[in-house]
This record gives sequence, C-alpha cells and structure tokens, in this order.
Amino acid sequence: MNRAGVSLPHSIAAHAALIAYTGIALFPVVVVIINSFKSRAAIFRSPLSPPTAATFDLVGYRTVLEQGDFLLYFQNSLVVTVASLFFILLFGSMAAFALAEYRFRGNTLMGLYLALGIMIPIRLGTVAILQLMVASGLVNTLTALVLVYTAQGLPLCVFILAEFMKQVSDDLKNAGRIDGLSEYRIFFRLVLPLVRPAMATVAVFSMIPIWNDLWFPLILAPSEATKTITLGSQLFIGQYVTNWNAVLAALSLAILPVLILYLIFSRQLIRGITSGAVK
Amino acid sequence: MATIDEPRTRRPFRWHIAVFLAPAVLVYTAVMILPLFGTLELSLFRSANGTRTFVGLENFRTLFLDPRWSATFWNALWNNTWFFIIHMLVQNPIGIALAALLSSPRLRFSAFYRTAIFIPTILSFVIVGFAWKLILSPLWGVAPNILDLVGLKSLFAPWLGKEEYALTTLSLISVWQFVGIPMMLIYAALLSIPDEVIEAAECDGITGTAQFWKIQLPLILPSIGIISILTFVANFNAFDLIYSAQGALAGPNFSTDILGTFLYRTFFGFQLQIGDPYMGSAIASMMFFIILAGVCLYLFAVQTRLRRYQY
Repeated sequence: MNRAGVSLPHSIAAHAALIAYTGIALFPVVVVIINSFKSRAAIFRSPLSPPTAATFDLVGYRTVLEQGDFLLYFQNSLVVTVASLFFILLFGSMAAFALAEYRFRGNTLMGLYLALGIMIPIRLGTVAILQLMVASGLVNTLTALVLVYTAQGLPLCVFILAEFMKQVSDDLKNAGRIDGLSEYRIFFRLVLPLVRPAMATVAVFSMIPIWNDLWFPLILAPSEATKTITLGSQLFIGQYVTNWNAVLAALSLAILPVLILYLIFSRQLIRGITSGAVK
Repeated sequence: MATIDEPRTRRPFRWHIAVFLAPAVLVYTAVMILPLFGTLELSLFRSANGTRTFVGLENFRTLFLDPRWSATFWNALWNNTWFFIIHMLVQNPIGIALAALLSSPRLRFSAFYRTAIFIPTILSFVIVGFAWKLILSPLWGVAPNILDLVGLKSLFAPWLGKEEYALTTLSLISVWQFVGIPMMLIYAALLSIPDEVIEAAECDGITGTAQFWKIQLPLILPSIGIISILTFVANFNAFDLIYSAQGALAGPNFSTDILGTFLYRTFFGFQLQIGDPYMGSAIASMMFFIILAGVCLYLFAVQTRLRRYQY
C-alpha cells in the first residue's frame, strides 16, 4: 500500500528536520563529554574535535575525584531516591487500591483531595516545611528529603495507579475472597503483581525530578554529610569555575548515571507516556 | 459516589480501607497540604521585636506598594511572564512539529529520534545551566566558532551577560531542555487517532499538511490544553535553572530574576540580607494564587470548551 503523503521528498524532509533537531538536542551534551577527556590547551584550541592520542588527558577527572566527595554525594542521592520511590509506590498503590476498589462515603472527595498535589507544586509550602523540619529536628537529614519527595510523588502515583487498578478483573478478586484471602492479601498477592508495569512507569516518572532536584537539598539538607549529587555538583562547579578540566569532568560525571539509567528505562518511560498514563 | 444502595447500616466499619489510605493521606497532609496552608497563614504575620504579630494583609501591601519591595516584585513577575510567553511561543510549537514529524506513517528510526530528543529533559538543571554557560561563554568560543561556520560571527554577543538578552537566552535554554515533554504528549495523542479517521480524510482528498491542520490538529487540542497548563505551572514555579546559571542574585542586575529566585532570596536570605520567612510566605502565597488562577482558568474556561472526541 502506498499511502498518499509518504512520498520520497516528504520523507527526506522529515528526516532532515528530525536529524537537525536531534543534533541541537545532543550537541551540548556531546561537547561537554568530549572536552572532559582533553588537556586544557586542547579544550581551548579546538573545542569541537574529539580527543586524540595527543590531546587525551584525564586531569579533570583526577581533580574531581581528589577534591570532591562525589562518592558520598552519589550515595546520598541514591539513598534518597530509592527510599522515596519505595514509599511513593507502597503508600501510593495502597491508597490507589482503596480508591479504585471500595465504594465508601467520601471516595470521590478523597480522590480529588489527593489529586490537588498534581497541579499545586509542593515548593510553594517551603517556608512552612522548613519550619516543620526545624521543629522536628530533621534539618540536614536525608529523612527530611525522603518525606518531602514522598509527599510530592504521591498524588500522581495514586492518580495513575488508580486508573490501572480499576481494570483489574473483579472475578479474580472475588475468587480470592471466596478462597478466604484477606483484603490485604488480595492487594499484595493478586493486584500488585498485575499492575507492576504501571508501577515501573510511575517509578521512572517520579525518579527524574527527585534525582535532579536542587531546591529542597539546598534548603533542607545543605550540610556536607547530606548533600545530594545535584547540589554537590552545583557547589563544586561554582567553586572551580576557572578550572575548565575539573568543571567539564564534574559535568560529565553528573550526566553519566542519569544517561545510563535513561537508556535502560527509556522504553518503559516512553511507553508509559504514549500509552496514555498521563492523559 | 453512590453509596445509597449499600446496606451501610449493617456493614461493620471496614478497617482495611482506613489502613490502605492512612499512610498516603498522613504523609501527604502533613508534609504538603498543612505546610501549604501554613505558608498562606504565615504571610499574614510579621516579626516585631522577636515576636510574631498578626498584621493582616500588610505584607502584601508592602510587596505591591513599598518602593523597596515592589520594584523587585513587579520585575520578577514580569520576567516570569516573559519566561512563560517564550515557552508558549517556542517550546510548544516546536514540540508539536516534532511530534507531527515523528508520527508520520512508517518513518524509520523514529524510536532513535524520540529517545535522543528526550535526553535533555532528563538532565538536571545544574548540568544544563553550566553546560550552556560554558558553550555561550566568550572565553571558550564554542558559540562564536559555530556562528563562524555559517558566516554569522558578527551576531555573537555574551548573551548571558547582557541585561537585554539574558532572560530570553535562559528561556530558550529551558525550552531546549523541556521540548521533549510536549513532543511526547502530542505524539501520544496523534498515535491515538484511529486510522479510519485518517483514511476517510484521504478518501476525501485531504492529505499532507492540510491533513495536519484540518484533521489532526483539532483532535489534539485537548492535549495542547494540557501541555499549556503544565508549562504554566512549571514556569511560575521555576528556580533551579536561573539559580544554576546566574546565581541567587539572578544577574546581570536582576534582569533574570523570576518569582522562584525572588522567593529564595527573601525567605532564605543571601549575602548581607537576612531571611524573612513572613515576606517569603507572602511571595509564595502570590505564586500560589497565580498558579491557582491559571489552573482554575484552565479547568473551567478552557477544558470545558474543548471538544473531546471518543473514538
């Protein structure tokens, strides 16, 4: 079948436009990464050429690994992100199950209440959140960040998972009830495994803003022991602004973990978006 | 919800519902909803000799009218509006165009393009801010070199350092970063248009560009509404990119100051000024009202008027 509108010139034009934009999208990332492997002179002499045997130099990476506590920052980010995701998914799926499965007074109202947070950013409550954390002694702890990110991620998680849980067959759940399973077992044994793909999508969606957030680490946990990688690289780069090798190396080190995770999960993420999870 | 028909008088209280809901509702209420209202409440107080006194709307009057505050506030609000306008005029049309290209039938490598164009969106503002700062830096010369290749070297200026260009430059950097989101959402909407509709249009002789304008665009209008409101909320809540690229003072000479950076400086303090949580709350409350107004306008005025098609 030769559909109208997919003629050869049309398709060449489409590819040209997409290749051009892909170039724009990737160019800054590529420039930063290739230059991080070059000597200082080469960075300035020919910024656009890839490192050669003559210009290859890891001095930037050595500076970064000697001076910055990047391993600790990385570990902090990992702890915060994984713990927040765990609580978002656990609490979020439980609430989504309650909203999707049971009819009770106030169900719709509770759904709307939990959905408020999708549109209103948690950042606007920062002044009172800081006071709350000061009062409870949680300033400069990773717990504060985990609490904030859990609250931030819950609304979207509940909203998306409730949609998916409504599609789980009633017969299956009723069969479980007849076999004497408690409501808790029905949730953990029957329903959760069935919505696992949706949970993976929610996890990827929630993970990116948590990993990349600068605002809350800056305000709630700026101490040396609790810095996240995003805050750590912000401060480090600000400090070494004239040491181009170190700055480029630090940027590359900050890009790589996210990039690797993205390339692993991009299928999941894109499928999640295009399957209408956020419509 | 209809709970009327249920034999609720005979049914015992179902504890499991409470158990399922409790953790999410508790964390969400304690860390998000109560602080939001707490912030609104704090904006009505002021610190006098170390004690908290109720001053009504006095903080807002200071913010709007006191010459020491109002110039900064209106400047930040206008800059923020400009930031939003650039996103609406540049980010969303580019996103829609890319999605339209990606969804053309039997396009090869479309998965590759999608993945690559989405990469900037997953990077943190810190990376994006510094990477562009380096690229646009006159010291390094990547930007002048590239302009030289196309014979436009004379156009180069240290854009981030000039008051008249800095905000627009940062807005375009932010557009570069987030173009993937409208692209993906519109792409999803375009994919969900059934083939029969497109085929019917082709039978009527509507193809190519005309097909996009007459058939596909009207069908994706609800998605365009959603990306507009998402852009609005994200823009009036922005902070990280400006802070990473220009610092808390949003230089040069506050020309890139938006509500987020103004809020940070006010409530957290910077350099010689000490933080003022009450004025900070007033600014956060203003941001809250602006975002709320935008969301309400969308929900009641825009969304109800957009025609949705069920396939």
